[in-house]
Amino acid sequence: MAESPFKADIERVEKEYSEKMTPGAIVYLPGSSVVNKTGSWRVFMPEFHKDKCVRCYLCYIYCPEPAIYLDEENYPIFDYDYCKGCGVCANECPTKAIVMVREKK
Amino acid sequence: MPIKKVMKANEAAAWAAKLAKPKVIAAFPITPSTLVPEKISEFVADGELDAEFIKVESEHSAISACVGASAAGVRVFTATASQGLALMHEILFIAAGMRLPIVIAIGNRSLSAPINIWNDWQDSISERDTGWIQFYAENNQEALDLIIAAYKVAEDERVLLPAMVGFDAFILTHTVEPVEIPDQEVVDRFLGEYVPKHAYLDPKRPVTQGALGFPAHYMETRYKVWEAMENAREVIKEVFDEFEKTFGRRYHIIEEYKTDDAEIVLVTMGSLAGTVKEFVDKKRAEGVKIGAAKITVYRPFPIEEIRALAKKTKVLALLEKDISFSVGGAVFADTSRALINEKEKPIILDFILGLGGRDVTFENLEEVVDIAKKALEEGVEEEVYWIGLRKEIL
Repeated sequence: MAESPFKADIERVEKEYSEKMTPGAIVYLPGSSVVNKTGSWRVFMPEFHKDKCVRCYLCYIYCPEPAIYLDEENYPIFDYDYCKGCGVCANECPTKAIVMVREKK
Repeated sequence: MPIKKVMKANEAAAWAAKLAKPKVIAAFPITPSTLVPEKISEFVADGELDAEFIKVESEHSAISACVGASAAGVRVFTATASQGLALMHEILFIAAGMRLPIVIAIGNRSLSAPINIWNDWQDSISERDTGWIQFYAENNQEALDLIIAAYKVAEDERVLLPAMVGFDAFILTHTVEPVEIPDQEVVDRFLGEYVPKHAYLDPKRPVTQGALGFPAHYMETRYKVWEAMENAREVIKEVFDEFEKTFGRRYHIIEEYKTDDAEIVLVTMGSLAGTVKEFVDKKRAEGVKIGAAKITVYRPFPIEEIRALAKKTKVLALLEKDISFSVGGAVFADTSRALINEKEKPIILDFILGLGGRDVTFENLEEVVDIAKKALEEGVEEEVYWIGLRKEIL
């Protein structure tokens, strides 16, 4: 994936909260959880095989995060910043176009 | 014109709440505090107080509803005691951490087991580390006054911490005394409306309150509570000054009584201070150089005031109705902490008495003075003195 769709949000949140502690640690900026990149939790990562994909969207629909987007041709793209490696997409994929492989750290 | 009514401390607390005009009261009944929410619910039902009275299923829910309401941006009130306060324990930290200026009235009562509904201070003393400001009232008037003052301190932008006001179970909660009820307009002027700049809900300004604090931020949030508690020292002084100007009654963080030439000062809190002052008069008439000091504000702990008091006397005798097992009285421990690095300090004696509603008599106080005199001449014999203990049944 070229660039996170949250890039602007992440920059905004990081700038806002890098300066001062708010009273009661109140989070004034909605959507601030974008800076919490849960991708680091992953043990297995989804590996995508485009040749088997029939563009059924099931992975896109089932991803609980959601960390799967669709590209211009409606193929899934995986956001590894937030994908926790739960494997739901691989389980749902009817053509086994998604395979879970051990994360290489 | 302010009116005088004869009432119990519980009613005085309810009146204080009514005058402070909280928008939400969430409470669960518990002896000896039940009358507080009962009276408030009457005020609400009679249309004398425009507030939401939430009947909940436990004290945990009562304080949780208060946290929710305060986080939504309104003034809130509740009352409890003993096991009820203990059940609120985890939420007390949350209220302080979220910087919500909730005020609680506590009818100070012992903790089980064995179950006991009478007075000591173990309930609120055990909550001393939660980040709440703590006031202790000597009489019913103080119960009313300190609740109003507590709102003013708690809601100050330099503080923004919750506060509890304790008054002794039965000795005050169920005893009638004349209490002056200030005029509503004067209280309105003194307190003003609660308009929070930090914690409130507005669809135009979405916020998250009570969010996860990672190791990168948690310690700073604790430091901010520490800082707020430090700021409270000055704010309380200002509020007590303004209180005197507005209502004509003077409060002190530590109230000293005949301490100037006292060789022995009996330090205590709550209604016991009344007994002790009476006792001081008696001993003074006998020619004994003795004084009393009443700690009105226990959190923030009056470190400077204790140091000033210690300079005047040879023995500080701490009389307290609480116990931290294997240490002694909590107020004794805090007093010792205040004086630990002082070059010259008086003898500090730790007296545990009056637990679970046991009366503290002049005979008990005579024993305290005898021990204090002996300590002055021959040194301290015991780490902790249990006064009025029925040794014959042990």
